[in-house]
Amino acid sequence: MIKVSKEQALKFYQTMCLIREFETSVKHDFLNGEIPGFVHLYIGEEAVATGICAALEDTDYIESTHRGHGHCIAKGADIDRMMAEIFGKETGLCKGKGGSMHIADFSVGMLGANGVVGGGYNLAAGAALANKMILKNDRVSVVFFGDGASNRGTFHEAANVSAAWKLPTIFVNEMNQWASTTPYLTTTAVENISDRAKGYNMPAVIADGKNVFEVYAAAVEAVQRARAGEGPTFIECKTFRVEGHFVGDPELYRTREYVKENAERNDPIAWFDRTMTQQNDYIDGTIPVQELEAIRASARERIAQAKKFAMDSRYPDPDQYIADLYL
Amino acid sequence: MRKLSFSMATCEAMAEEMARDSNVFVMGEDLARQGGIFGQFKGLPEQFPGRVIDTPISETFIIGGGVGAALAGARPVVDMHFADFIGVCMDEIFNQMAKVRYMFGGQAKVPLVLRAPDGMTIQGAAQHSQSVESWFCHIPGVQVVAPSNPEDAKAVLKAAIRSDNPVLYFENKILYKETALVPEIADEVPYTIGKAKVKREGRDVTIVSYSIGMKNALGAAEILAKDGIKAEVIDLISLSPWDKEAVLASVKKTHRLCIVHEAVKQGGFGAEVAATVAEEAIEFLDAPILRYGAPFVPIPFAPTLEKMVRVFPDDLVRGIKGML
Amino acid sequence: MSIKNYRDATFDAMKEEMIRDGSVYAIAEDINGNGGTHGRYSGLGEAIGDPGRVIDAPISEAAIVGSAVGAAMSGLRPIVDLRFSNCIPCAMDEIVNQAAKSRYMFGGQAKVPMVIRAPDGILKMQGAHHTDCLEAWFTHVPGLQVVVPSTPAEGKGLLKTAIRNDNPVLFFEHKKLMSMTGEVPDEEYLIPFGKARIAREGSDLTVVVYGIMASRALEAAEQLAQEGISAEVIDLRTLSPWDKETVLTSVRKTGRVVVAHEAVRQSGFGAEISATIAEEAFDALKSPVVRIGAPFVPIPMAPNLEDLCRVLPENIYEGARAAMKR
Repeated sequence: MIKVSKEQALKFYQTMCLIREFETSVKHDFLNGEIPGFVHLYIGEEAVATGICAALEDTDYIESTHRGHGHCIAKGADIDRMMAEIFGKETGLCKGKGGSMHIADFSVGMLGANGVVGGGYNLAAGAALANKMILKNDRVSVVFFGDGASNRGTFHEAANVSAAWKLPTIFVNEMNQWASTTPYLTTTAVENISDRAKGYNMPAVIADGKNVFEVYAAAVEAVQRARAGEGPTFIECKTFRVEGHFVGDPELYRTREYVKENAERNDPIAWFDRTMTQQNDYIDGTIPVQELEAIRASARERIAQAKKFAMDSRYPDPDQYIADLYL
Repeated sequence: MRKLSFSMATCEAMAEEMARDSNVFVMGEDLARQGGIFGQFKGLPEQFPGRVIDTPISETFIIGGGVGAALAGARPVVDMHFADFIGVCMDEIFNQMAKVRYMFGGQAKVPLVLRAPDGMTIQGAAQHSQSVESWFCHIPGVQVVAPSNPEDAKAVLKAAIRSDNPVLYFENKILYKETALVPEIADEVPYTIGKAKVKREGRDVTIVSYSIGMKNALGAAEILAKDGIKAEVIDLISLSPWDKEAVLASVKKTHRLCIVHEAVKQGGFGAEVAATVAEEAIEFLDAPILRYGAPFVPIPFAPTLEKMVRVFPDDLVRGIKGML
Repeated sequence: MSIKNYRDATFDAMKEEMIRDGSVYAIAEDINGNGGTHGRYSGLGEAIGDPGRVIDAPISEAAIVGSAVGAAMSGLRPIVDLRFSNCIPCAMDEIVNQAAKSRYMFGGQAKVPMVIRAPDGILKMQGAHHTDCLEAWFTHVPGLQVVVPSTPAEGKGLLKTAIRNDNPVLFFEHKKLMSMTGEVPDEEYLIPFGKARIAREGSDLTVVVYGIMASRALEAAEQLAQEGISAEVIDLRTLSPWDKETVLTSVRKTGRVVVAHEAVRQSGFGAEISATIAEEAFDALKSPVVRIGAPFVPIPMAPNLEDLCRVLPENIYEGARAAMKR
């Protein structure tokens, strides 16, 4: 159990609301036909990115996934430029070359979303290796991944080297129950993905993914271990993917009732609302509901502003298609 | 100038660059204790403790980890053991290494060198003999080099390590033992990636090659010279980017073109060279382009069969005489 | 004849072959959830009366392809779907060192009858990890066969052949094909590998294409016809083996050539075609070969930049005009 200041709790809430509103806006604009390509939403999983990234410094690194908007916001990326990137505009973080699946903001240590499931583990482990063994600093690397991605061989290679060399790599599994359209137990033999950490002699912890405090506490401990040279940690966050695999997914593989029930049960924002408005173990006192509503409203406003920024921006100058490849 | 083997020349390049920049490090299988399977890392572990890292047999980590290390600010040189295993980490090369800089709008750079020993040795058979450079010439975002002699091996490797782009450095296994005079560091000519060298001047035919293929090119030129046929021999050294101008200039002079490489002919890099000349200088050609490469089979084991997939100088001589 | 879209035509190919031969099975990620990408496997298990032969796989490309190689060597005929061609590199070793070589290395003891389906190409703003055309790599790998169909009817006939074929086949399908409709014969038919299709006869110029580019070349040919230029359009159908003879015969007739593909131009399969023509039909050429492909960049996301990476009918038309000029 961890106790934080009210300010810290409100900051968690603000980040979670920004992610929720960002995703809601993106979903809306995608269904409207304003955003093309592929978009994968983080709705329902906000507490994971928020809790983990709150334990990191700007100089620490994260490797994100195709479902990466939440990681990006939680790591502190510029929200206007994120939105512009999703619309493919020249003001985007990647100047319109990346899009939703390839957002990165190196200025805050966000080393990029990845269009390849399981593409990020080794990059994170490599950054951890460089920082510890070559550049000799105490930065840590976090790699986010879903339960489905834990079946890629790349996980096992990165887990093994990270543990063998006590690299400052933190494996954050977003156990959201679904590998694209496949329920995880049909293709995975372990009940808990973190059981796999045992095979690499890596400490593992399971956190309730709707409880931002619990995720944060796990991250703080993992970061301490990593900085102290004690090696990697596996954090499994039990959460739920509320939306389809991508926006526009017909979701033939699960019922609306199932989704509704699980979404409600696992919603980190609703949980926060319920918990903080009453006496609780995480902060001293309570947070009035009006205060929470105000944060929610201001997040909505902030995202509307980001969308306006994106819409007002131009597409890149065509000459730029050849830029940024070689140095 | 002193005599150095190809592998010692690469060691020297590594040592100089590692001494010059403490962010340069090496990672791969069997390096620290063994000095590399072909001695191409000998002496480095003692000279640079902690910067020559033995990895597990985890190619996706070796390459993916190299990319991550480069993103974090280090300058990794990673060793692929055998180029044949490159398929195991193809995603890390194609989707990550090659693309991160572009996808992220120039925020990132990946100053990484991937060293890949390739080609037939003696009966290495289907999974330890391949030449796969042409795959990577089709990948925007990486550079591909394949030097043919100790002097170039050193200069090109140094250029690759200093480059801020990911470079695939293909080094032929037979060439490792080749010795030649290599300039001391003071008189070393810096190499610019993308530049070819005219290794022999001539006026009757242009022979283009790289890496071990240069043995065929120079060997054929030698034989042809005895019959008074003057072949101009171009060593591409770098395949992506490649020195189109040097080849076109030569063809415009000789009016005939012959290309040779050890890789399979179909879909090989020779096709790109031939196609480019056919597109940009066909009116200068007096004869059809000749292209040599391995036949369309994996590399067989038995010596009599392996011989059938090799190209020899005499093959080129026959073809070139036919074109004159 | 019936009008069908590509997705349904290739579904029928799988259904017919899976009913005909109990050793054929399909395996992919998400194959049952939404029926795979573009719903190409929706209802397949029920249609063949054996849902057990349509297998949902974990996100483990190496296991999917590697296990299929093993299954093929032990007598089955897997159809593997890799969802996007960009997932292929995750199983590259399994394809080039295992599937391609097992028969040869083991002196013909094994056979590896498997099909790897891989949707590719630019649809719209899917970015650098979901759009590449990688066929050229595999034409450089002895032991593999490479198929790139161009229409619903072609897709069906070629897929049936691929399934019955005893070699490992890479089957590249442009995402834009999925919804394309066309006439598909009702009776059973197979399309042999290594035999190109002359999609349109002509006398002034030869356009060599494959896959989605065939319909784009036909559009360009139509436009050229209005200007009195008669273009012959050759749809290669299969790239390895490829039908050199049909191409050379056409070039010897027309003397002018345009080669086009959506893949990156440098070291694309167009280079092999162009080089072969320069070697074997050199004397027939009246003008330099024109080779069209994507520029040397990953696919950018912004729509106006992405458009610069497409190869469209107008690019082929302009290429043809250039070939006719000299």
